[in-house]
Parts: sequence; C-alpha cells; structure tokens
Amino acid sequence: METTPNLLIQNAKPVSSNHDGDDSVDIRIKEGVISEIGSGLKKQDGEQVFDAGGAYISGGWMDMHVHFREPGYEHKETVETGCRSAMFGGFTEVACMPNTKPAIHTRDVVEFIRNKSEHQLVDVHPIGCATKERKGESIAEMSDMKEGGAVAFSDDGDPVYNSQVMRVALEYSSMLGVPIINHEEDLALSRPGHMNEGDVSARLGLDGTPGIAEEAMIARDILLAGFTGGHIHVAHISTRKAVDLVRRAKEDGVNVTTEVCTHHFDLTDKEIESRNFDTNVKMHPPLRTQDDVDAMIEGLVDGTIDVICTDHAPHAIEEKEVEFIYAPNGIIGLETAWSISVKRLLQSNKLSLQQLMDKLVINPRQILNLEIPEIKEGQSANLTIFNTDEEWTYNKNEVRSKSKNSPYLGETLTGRALAVYNKKRFAINTLKN
Amino acid sequence: MPETTDYSFNQKHLLGLADYSKEDIEYVLEQAKTFREVLDRPVPKVPTLRDKTIVNLFYENSTRTRLSFELAQKRMGADVVNFSTSSSSTKKGESLKDTIRNISSMKIDMVVVRHESPGVPHFLTRCVDAAILNAGDGAHEHPTQALLDMFTIQQELGAVEGKKIAIIGDITHSRVVRSNIIGMKKLGAEVTICGPKSLMPNHVNALGANVSYNLEETLQWCDVAMALRIQLERIEGSTDLFPSLREYHQLFGIRMDHLEKYPQFTVMHPGPINRGVEMESEVADSDRAVILDQVTNGLAVRMAILYLLSGGVRI
Repeated sequence: METTPNLLIQNAKPVSSNHDGDDSVDIRIKEGVISEIGSGLKKQDGEQVFDAGGAYISGGWMDMHVHFREPGYEHKETVETGCRSAMFGGFTEVACMPNTKPAIHTRDVVEFIRNKSEHQLVDVHPIGCATKERKGESIAEMSDMKEGGAVAFSDDGDPVYNSQVMRVALEYSSMLGVPIINHEEDLALSRPGHMNEGDVSARLGLDGTPGIAEEAMIARDILLAGFTGGHIHVAHISTRKAVDLVRRAKEDGVNVTTEVCTHHFDLTDKEIESRNFDTNVKMHPPLRTQDDVDAMIEGLVDGTIDVICTDHAPHAIEEKEVEFIYAPNGIIGLETAWSISVKRLLQSNKLSLQQLMDKLVINPRQILNLEIPEIKEGQSANLTIFNTDEEWTYNKNEVRSKSKNSPYLGETLTGRALAVYNKKRFAINTLKN
Repeated sequence: MPETTDYSFNQKHLLGLADYSKEDIEYVLEQAKTFREVLDRPVPKVPTLRDKTIVNLFYENSTRTRLSFELAQKRMGADVVNFSTSSSSTKKGESLKDTIRNISSMKIDMVVVRHESPGVPHFLTRCVDAAILNAGDGAHEHPTQALLDMFTIQQELGAVEGKKIAIIGDITHSRVVRSNIIGMKKLGAEVTICGPKSLMPNHVNALGANVSYNLEETLQWCDVAMALRIQLERIEGSTDLFPSLREYHQLFGIRMDHLEKYPQFTVMHPGPINRGVEMESEVADSDRAVILDQVTNGLAVRMAILYLLSGGVRI
C-alpha cells in the first residue's frame, strides 16, 4: 500500500480520554507524526488534505481477536484482504489468532505474518499458540515467538483443555509479561453442540452447547490465574454467569481481563429459528439468550468486560452453504463492529463515545502491552475518523473481506468509519453504492 | 372446520408442523380419510399424481418411512426416483446444494427428504423451487409421522381434541415427539412426555408438554400411551445417557400388568419396536395396540399431503 506521509485532516472532532468530541480541530501529519493540532491550518506543499466535515477522530481502533487465515486457508482470507476489511471497519491494528495451517506456533510463522503485513496500513500482531502445534499437550516456544512479535498466546478455536498444561502456560507466560487467551469451552460438556443449549435448541432438536461449558472452564482458568499469578484473558465471553465470574475474580484481585464480540451483545439464539437455520448465525460461542445479551452490555458498562472485539472468522461460501450441523462456526465482523456498537451501546446511552474508545482503542492495547495512540503533537499518527449517524446499507458488494459470511448482509446500519491513518498510510472508505 | 368458506390450503411445503395452522392440519387429516378409503378398494390406486415426478432423498437409514412414501407416490401414479445414501459418504463429495440443484434440473416437482441435520428441508427451499416434504430432519421434526399419529387417534378415539396423550421414551433425540407435541396441541389435546431425565432436553419446558418421570402415574392418566423407539446407540460409548436397557425397561417399559391395571389407554409406537424394551411383546401384539393401523394410516396421510402439495384441488 502506498504511503501518505504528509496529510492535513480538517474539521475533525477528537474523542479520547482528554477530548469529549465537542470541538472541531485540524490535524497536520508530517512524516507519519502528528506535527500540529489547531484550527484554520493551511495546506502546505506536498500535503494531501482530507476534510472530515465535522466527523469524529480518535486513536486507531484495535480488534484483538481476528482470524486472518494465513497461512493455509487463503481461500477464506489473507493478511491483505483481512487488512482491507479491518480498514473498512475503522481498525488500524489487529491481533490474529493462530489456528492456521501450519498453526502460528513457532517464531518463523510469527515472522511470516509480520512480514506479510509490513506494507499494510494495519498493524497485524500475531497471537502465538499456547501449545506446540495447538495440540494442547505441551507449551510452545513462547519467548522466541514473543521476540518475533507475538503479543499473546492462545490455542483459540480450541481450549487449553488440560489443567496442568494451562498451569504451566500461565506460569511461563507471566514470566514474559504476556497474557494467555483461552477459548473457554469444556469440550466434554459442549460437544457435539451446534447452538446454545436452551429453549430454542430444545425446540429445534439441535444438540446444544450449554453456557456451563464456558463457565466451568472460565472458573478453572480464574483459579489457575490466581494460583500462578498469570494473566488470563477470557476470549469471547458470552454468558451472564461467565461475566459474573470475571466480575468477582476482578474484585478478588485476579489478573483477568475479557472481551465480547459485537454479535454477542446484539443477537440471540432465536435468530437460528427465525432465519430457518441460516448458518450465518452459527458461531462459537453460540448466540445466547436475551438475558445473556443484557449481561454483556452490563459488563461493558461496569467495566467487567474490557474490550469489544469481533472474532472475525471468514469462511468461504461453499463451506457455509451446507447442512447446519456440518457448517463451520464463525462470521466476519470487522466491517460491522462499529455500527453494532453504535446501535446497542451509543444510541441506547449505555456507553459514551469516550467509554467506547476505551473498549476499542485503549484497553486492547493495554492488555497486549502495545503503545496506545494519542491525538497529541509529536505522537505517531494512528487514527480513525468516523461518524455515528450516517445510514448505509451493508450489501454483499460492499464487503471487503474475502468471505461474505455475515448475518448483517442487506441491513441498513448506522455509523461508519470514514478513513483510517497508520504507518504513514491513509485510506478513505468510499461506499460502493 | 375446514369446510367453512374462507379457508384455503396455501402451503407450498411440509417442512414441519410448526408452520401449519390448526386448520391446515385438520384439512390434511380430512383429505387423508378419502385416501384411507381408497386403500380398501379392490384396486387401491388413484392417478392424481400421474404427471408428477418425485425424488425421495434419504440421507439416513429408513425402511418404513421410505417405503410408505414410495408406495403412496406409486399408488397415485407419480414417477418416482430414489436416492439413498448415508450422510457421511456425501460429506466429502458433492455438496447437498449441488446434489439437489442437479436433481432439480431433471425437472422434479417434489422432493421428500430425510437427513440427520435439523433444518435441511428449510435449506433445500433456498436451493430449488420444488415442493419440499420433510421425512425427518435430525431431532427436529417428522411431520408426516405426527400427522399419521393424529389421524390414528382420530380413527380410534373419535378426535384428538380433549385427549390425554402420553409420549414415553427418549425425548431429547426424537423428532417424532416434537412434531406430535406441536400438532396435538394445535388440535386441542393435552400432552405429557415421560422418560428418564437424562433423555429430556435441559430446557424441556420449551416443548410445551407436561413432564413426568413416573410411568405408573402417566399410564394412569392417559388416553393414549405412545412409546418411542430407544436408539441403541445412545447407550454405547462413554457418554451413556442411561445405564442399561434392562433398567430402562424396568422404569419405562409398558407391561401387560399395566394394561390390566389401567384399562383406558391405547398403545401406539412409531416403530420399529425393540420388543422387551419399550414394551413387552404381548403389549405390542395385544388388541390395545394400534401400531399396525398407524402404518396403514401413514400411507393414507402421505397420499393426502403429496396430493395437496402437488397443487391438487379437493377430490
């Protein structure tokens, strides 16, 4: 991607811990660094100008849970197409999960991802496997992978199931100051579940994954984190009781953090019934109940849930257009995350813009020990320009990901990212229709 | 009643009884009466489907449902092709979507489908234009079985409305129970499901039936006792859902002494029976059992629904 080292952004309203988004400013970027913030700044030679037209500007958003599928599943997504999708969604930084083929379980695969993304606007941080070959049997070379650029360790897609292996993983990673992210699922309780176990699964005759399969594993991991002093990051939390467990553990001083996917505070398992077994509402953890959705929002409001993420999980059309029980789990999410957050959190006055930026800009980077972008002179420019009121339709031809497995296709959404800036690169999101 | 002026049958498919109104169900059962009479004629045939081509797509083992559908189709003069395979063998080959679209390109009017995955009939409606009939999708629905059960109850007890119906056995994995609860409740019956707790869904109340773990109480209460087939594979491997067939029979098997003690109930079973498990052999063969009538009625009910979905008008 070409660079735009010098850029003048006009008429943008900064939102950050110091800015509440009320005042409009101009921001000058020189050689990728914020050089001047003021009003009425004039274009200089060799400078591109972008008029934000009164839209908001914040530090670049980060999604700490995506699947970019490279290496091995390039028919679903690549680092390049994943970055395209991220930029369209307003994300300048992502952490990608290691369930690739080969898995990201050694330093060379970590560096492969870093190299692939070198010339992208989006910073792609690999999450290395917690265990060798993602087999769950013994811990991977975490230190070497960290040196290569890994920011956390996880066997996502599967849990670290063996409690002793998890104990060692937490002990070892805490020495490195890096979190273990666990896909919380007690497989003996969850398999062969295809949706949430509840009223709807009882009616549809689909094998259910009970909430307790997630909660039991979280409870174990909280105890192990307390015992080892390690940092456990609970991946894609989805039930009320799971949020309660994390809330209590935080009160007890355990080093635990968590994230929620946008679909888990928007949709419920009733979608599987009302959409007649549409596989674009099949994911893991599965869509839960309205009470769980409410608990996700409560957890975001009181700070139990630190991060909004997407679990962006691309799958090819032919993989998803199959019998429900054969369909793979997951949906793409980067491109709709902001609109869902606007609808469920901002418009309903659950979170302020500033609080939303905590979940999208600050907290994920704090958890992963990454630099937090600020709108300040002398800082590297890592920025997202966005609005909260524009209505647009998420048509199939609007999708930037290589895959199109979204339950939001065809829907009219509100709020979108207009442009992103990072690594001296600038991208404007233009709607195709 | 369906006889009144403003009712018309407007269903294109039979995906499940969840989509059928009380009037739709009554109308199908009414039509089935006519076909039941046809079956007693010297030449039990009506050429009402002679311009229709039907494919029976069976991805799961089935003997009686497949035979019943095929016979119903042939008695109505349809051209019939059968496609039977195990779902696992096609999992890695051609996709279901491609299979159905290829078959559909051969100018098929109706598709009868059985599959282990809930929702496959719904999925097929998104792939092709043909009328889709669900012959069982996983543990979701088995609507023609429920229709024939309700038809049998009408024949034997006069009506479904107001009757107390017990369904006994493996509730979690039964598509028969789900379709029957939906249909019977729409027709005004009271349904109790009875079986071991480990064979009931955790959110069993969502099914809308009374729940009992006590066979004696249930048999004392009911007008109809319908036993479900225990699938023997449920007690193999590490995730046994009950300890043994022996203990199952002790707790939930219908015995001759039950028939003597509670003289009011009729015995039903969707088949195939595990004699000595769901019921004693003598119970299945007694004059209280209408199990073979269910099979005959199944033919009539399937003829009726095939006829209605083929776009036919009242005969």
